[in-house]
Amino acid sequence: MKKENKTLKIIVYTILILYSLLTLFPFGWSILTSFKSTAEIASGGTFFPESWSISGWTTLFESQYTTWVRNSLVVALITTVLNVMFNTMAGYAFARIDFFGRKFLFSLMLLLIMIPGQVTMIPLYIVVSNLGLINTHSSIVLTSMINIAYIFMMRQFFINFPREVEEAASMDGLSTLGIFFKIVLPNAKPAIATQAIFIFMGVWNEFMRPLLFLTSPDKYMLTQGLNALSNQYRNITAWDIIMAGAIFSVIPIFIMFIFLNKYFISTNDRSVGSK
Amino acid sequence: MRKKRKNNIQGLIFMAPAALAAIVFIVVPIAYAFFMMFFNINLLSGTRTFIGFDNFGKIISDPRFWAALRNTTTYVVVVVPIQTAIALIMAALLNSKIKFNRVFLTVMFIPTLTSSSAMTLIFMWLFNNNGLIVNQIEQLTGIRTQFLTNPDLALSVIMIMNIFSTVPHFMVVFLSGLQDIPTNLYEASSIDGASKIRQFFHVTIPQLMPILFYVVTMGVVGTFQIFDQAFILSGGTGGPQNATLTFTLYIYQLAFTSNDMGRASAMSFILGVIIFTFTAIINKVMKADEMNG
Repeated sequence: MKKENKTLKIIVYTILILYSLLTLFPFGWSILTSFKSTAEIASGGTFFPESWSISGWTTLFESQYTTWVRNSLVVALITTVLNVMFNTMAGYAFARIDFFGRKFLFSLMLLLIMIPGQVTMIPLYIVVSNLGLINTHSSIVLTSMINIAYIFMMRQFFINFPREVEEAASMDGLSTLGIFFKIVLPNAKPAIATQAIFIFMGVWNEFMRPLLFLTSPDKYMLTQGLNALSNQYRNITAWDIIMAGAIFSVIPIFIMFIFLNKYFISTNDRSVGSK
Repeated sequence: MRKKRKNNIQGLIFMAPAALAAIVFIVVPIAYAFFMMFFNINLLSGTRTFIGFDNFGKIISDPRFWAALRNTTTYVVVVVPIQTAIALIMAALLNSKIKFNRVFLTVMFIPTLTSSSAMTLIFMWLFNNNGLIVNQIEQLTGIRTQFLTNPDLALSVIMIMNIFSTVPHFMVVFLSGLQDIPTNLYEASSIDGASKIRQFFHVTIPQLMPILFYVVTMGVVGTFQIFDQAFILSGGTGGPQNATLTFTLYIYQLAFTSNDMGRASAMSFILGVIIFTFTAIINKVMKADEMNG
């Protein structure tokens, strides 16, 4: 019995280690590539760089890449702030305020969340174009400033949140808005952090909307810029530049992931729990 | 009465931004799509003519539609079962009281953090005709297999990439589901003398059914909409020889290459119907299974 357990353990560890290595491999290979010279890449070359070169990285940061990083940062941050505010307010209203049309709005949201985003992409493009927003960053911010899934998540959070705290505050003469900003928001930090992280990551990694809405290279978001970078350098096998660009684009999210690890993983627990 | 009015005003204040955004950027586009699919729309000249069901007729007689249907369906049928199975197995392994499971989890989660565009570039470099995989296969077997320029293999590179980057997400979903299964169920079955493998099929899987349903549904909805990877890999063409032409890429081309917004809307509607139908079928099959199991 004991012996069987031990072999089983070894097999489990082996599989986990192999899968982890498999996961890391493409990233490791890309990092190594980014430190090779273009000539070395064209000739096939060895696994590790024959001579370490940073020319891929310097070319990258002298290009428009830095503009794209800044665009993505600004747009993702603004979108995240708006989402956190609006989703949380809506979730709170659904959970706590008995207003006219609440049931109807809630059913409407339930229906809308079922419709795949890409199905409405073309008419959305026309709406954005009619509003004169093509090639502006507002097109991305406005079209992604709410997220129904997180409205539901916040509603669930507030339903489980003890009502007594708010009632006590209302005795003390705070208005609903006052209660919301002074009492509710500070207590909802974990749910808000989760929401913020995933919204930020979503905008940072989004490809289709920028592709449709943003047309001039100085307005590009990072993902779209990566595609442009690859089209520019692929044919001359300058994969060092392309890989430097791809790897750098992951770094901000990766740093967030390391520092806020518990929100990344426990979120999924909660979102599943509420389904 | 005053309380009621106060509630309505407060509700309005709290809901207004979300409701407004949902109406302008979701409801209006959907309503507009229903209208557009019966028209021939030219954005440049601003003209539109009612043509009834002609857009649907044009789509059905377009060989590229059938190529997109074949590619996308193959894609869904291959990717969803494989990614679900791997995610479930890895989650079960991570749940088996091992040390360092947080470390494994953290490392394995990285592909899910990576944007589809960065991931696609990394995989294009790996599977490039001058890339590591092609060279290694040549060294091992002596045969030079091309991937990205080969119509038979180009789509499979996107499949591998998709499995690679979605497995960690679903793995975490499964893991939290596994942790919610009451331990006394396992104790009871091991008193009955059930082996670990038997337990997996007779305790774990039935208990996990609702989450399995969620993962399969999200997998199907996600894979049917595959766009980014196919667009970047083929440079927007869906090549080689339409091998990577997916539904959403086809919609994109109709709208922005052929400038036919009406036909693109009709195609979006078809995609919506297909996704709904598949989800409904899965719902029926898996819910029935849940009852029997």
